[in-house]
Amino acid sequence: MSDLQTASPHGVKPPHSSREKDSLLTRIFQIKEIGVLGALVVLIVIMSFASPYFLRVENIFNVLRGMSTIGIMAIGITMVIITAGIDLSVGSLLAVSGMLMARLMYIGMPLGPALLLGMAIGTGLGAVDGFVITKLRVAPLIAGLGMLSMGRGLTVLFATGLKGAVASNIPVKSDVIDFIGSGYVGPVPFPVIEMVILVMVFTFFLKNTVLGRQIYAVGSNAEAARLSGVNVNRVLMFVYTINGALAAYAGIVQVGLLSTAATNAGTGAELDVVAAVVIGGTSLFGGEGTILGAIIGAAIMAIVRNAFVLLHLPSAAQTITIGAVIVVAVAVDNMRKHPGKA
Amino acid sequence: MNEHSMVLKVDGISKRYGGLQALDQVSLDVRKGEVHAVVGENGAGKSTLMKILGGIVSKDAGAVTFHGERTEFAKPQDAMAAGISIIHQELSMLPHLNVIENVFMGRMERKNGVVPWKRLEEETRKALDRVGLDVNPHSILDTLSISHRQLIEIAKALSIDASLIIMDEPNSSLTESETEQLFDVIDGLKAQGISVIYVSHKIEEVIRISDRISVLRDGKYIGTIDHADATADKVIQMMVGRELLRERRETHEIGDVRLRVRGLTGERFQDVSFDLRKGEILGFSGLVGAGRSEVCRAIFGADAFTDGTIEFEGKQLYFHQPGEAIRHGIVMLQEDRKKLSLFMGLPISFNMSIATLPRLKTPSGTINYRKVSSVVEDFIDQLNIKLGSPEHPVSSLSGGNQQKTVLARWLATDPQILILDEPTHGVDVGAKAEIYQIIRKLAANGISIILISSELPEIITMSDRVVVMHEGRVTGILDPDRITEEDIMSCATGTVDESVHTALETT
Repeated sequence: MSDLQTASPHGVKPPHSSREKDSLLTRIFQIKEIGVLGALVVLIVIMSFASPYFLRVENIFNVLRGMSTIGIMAIGITMVIITAGIDLSVGSLLAVSGMLMARLMYIGMPLGPALLLGMAIGTGLGAVDGFVITKLRVAPLIAGLGMLSMGRGLTVLFATGLKGAVASNIPVKSDVIDFIGSGYVGPVPFPVIEMVILVMVFTFFLKNTVLGRQIYAVGSNAEAARLSGVNVNRVLMFVYTINGALAAYAGIVQVGLLSTAATNAGTGAELDVVAAVVIGGTSLFGGEGTILGAIIGAAIMAIVRNAFVLLHLPSAAQTITIGAVIVVAVAVDNMRKHPGKA
Repeated sequence: MNEHSMVLKVDGISKRYGGLQALDQVSLDVRKGEVHAVVGENGAGKSTLMKILGGIVSKDAGAVTFHGERTEFAKPQDAMAAGISIIHQELSMLPHLNVIENVFMGRMERKNGVVPWKRLEEETRKALDRVGLDVNPHSILDTLSISHRQLIEIAKALSIDASLIIMDEPNSSLTESETEQLFDVIDGLKAQGISVIYVSHKIEEVIRISDRISVLRDGKYIGTIDHADATADKVIQMMVGRELLRERRETHEIGDVRLRVRGLTGERFQDVSFDLRKGEILGFSGLVGAGRSEVCRAIFGADAFTDGTIEFEGKQLYFHQPGEAIRHGIVMLQEDRKKLSLFMGLPISFNMSIATLPRLKTPSGTINYRKVSSVVEDFIDQLNIKLGSPEHPVSSLSGGNQQKTVLARWLATDPQILILDEPTHGVDVGAKAEIYQIIRKLAANGISIILISSELPEIITMSDRVVVMHEGRVTGILDPDRITEEDIMSCATGTVDESVHTALETT
């Protein structure tokens, strides 16, 4: 072992550690959400000049309440997209969960079990989606499309029964559900509090648990993850199941907001959710992204919608603007991450 | 030599890839109706030379004369038009299309905008006849055997009137009888006055089929010998030839058997048996595709195997998932760093700690980041990894430091058996030396190491014993006194004489 001593690994090391501490400014710019956060601030500043009503507390909470179901679902979809997957069925899962609960309460089931079964169907269908993707090896996009259709069909079935005997919208009379969807704690709408709590819980989960870290590993390089001891299928099953559960919870919130379960609830919501997530800087290629970013993305879309209402602009222009915001946000984010690449 | 009989003349061709001199002043010539073999070790420059002849890559210097004319092929179509056709190592055909479409790929004819199928079918049949293949031209490629597909590639070459056909490792996926069939076809081509360049590292077959053999080594032209003078020993001597490296590590105490593999059989290896001892560095040598990585991946639980036993510390074990192997202290550093090891966009610390995270938890089950960063800092120092910050993405590191990062990932798991698959591939010289030191130190600490390497000097200087594989089988287990380039190469090319075999202790 003589050569080990003559050229010890430390021999070539420079006298001071080569690891520099990044300056505060560099570190601020390294915050992953900095770009989208900047966009949000600019938008808020512009709006506060454009409409005196915008910065009023009621309006701010209105905007936040309006985005809460999208925000809750964006938590799940962020995790799904970090694994380089996608799920287009969340709008249907939202509807079927709320509808099953409403139907069960309508036929006399107490709130507790009805709520649990409502949650269970969304969670279960999320797990089925995960099973189809991991075990049957169906591409996530296709699995989601299938679930989108099946979920919507189940919603109509639960609403109308096999003979179509019951109306397509089912009213729900429950103080608890009402509070979940439209209650207030002081001036703060309760759904906003629920969203904030869920964001904190899942942000902590992604950062501080082994499973949370493995979600990033799977999305960054699934085969390398497997060869590093990650049980890739288990990670994916977990992510799709939790995603279903979050969509189901959003469904309960939605029912509480309107005191009604509607068969067309959440139609097209999957696109809003995916848009929020990608505006928030999560790459569809997987391996990166944050829940906070997705929430900021949802906020940007909600403020743009609010702006069109406050400024009395035509709603067609609103839809066009939202589309443009999605594309521009992702393009800007790409340029920031990979400067110089055409 | 008669000038007219010369089809191809290559004069002083050089090619550089970044820091690697792939070809250095290589010259050779090919006569009409000749089978000219080009042989060499992995990385000798064979494939690069063929790619230049086929217009796939451009040369830096030198001249190619084809049928008496200086030629510059800018793209593969130019070479094809001139009459040079390459049959690639990996069959380059479209599996979901039929034979006609494959034969006429890229030059499909049209008559009034419509494909004249009848006539193309006719011509395809004619081309197939010339290679003695009787298949329906409308068969989808996928449904045909590999040897048939190979013959169809040759038929395709003939249908464009190639006067020179380059076969790059044509028999790497053929059975013995299929190889015979290929050789019959090659004889037929010779009779038709077509020249063949036959690239291979299967010495025996090369000697059988070729009229002349040219040897490349480390990008340089070594020499050409005639069929009459060619013996396996002589060719191997030319292939290896370099100054023999004898700075072997001094032998040291090696402990008891830790891993006992018997009769391991899988898709790409058969009946593999060997022992690995405590503190031993066991080299795995052989040519690319000999099945070395596959055997180790099966032990590691990354791939399935069909038969055989693996005994670890006296207990029979086998793993369904790499995660199980890692928990038992068996880890494997993969050959393809980018594809199989690294999480490119994620931080260096993440890349280092991912396999160890389950052990770095607080009592409440969350990750203990204090422990994580102390492990990371520790390995950055121990392995002398040069980086800006452990939170920078691993893509910011050089190849050598990336490799050390992956090595750290495995060392952090505190393994008992460390499998290293080409640990110094794409690593600069300085990092290479450091990795060698690390490996020796680990062995001295009692870790058992399997070192898969295609670099003979690496195998020879590092290993306590060497397992040599050829086409999925172990052709030799060499004890220290037999670890020489000649012995390894003769086992690796399948020209082994029985005396090289070291019998396994019967247990």
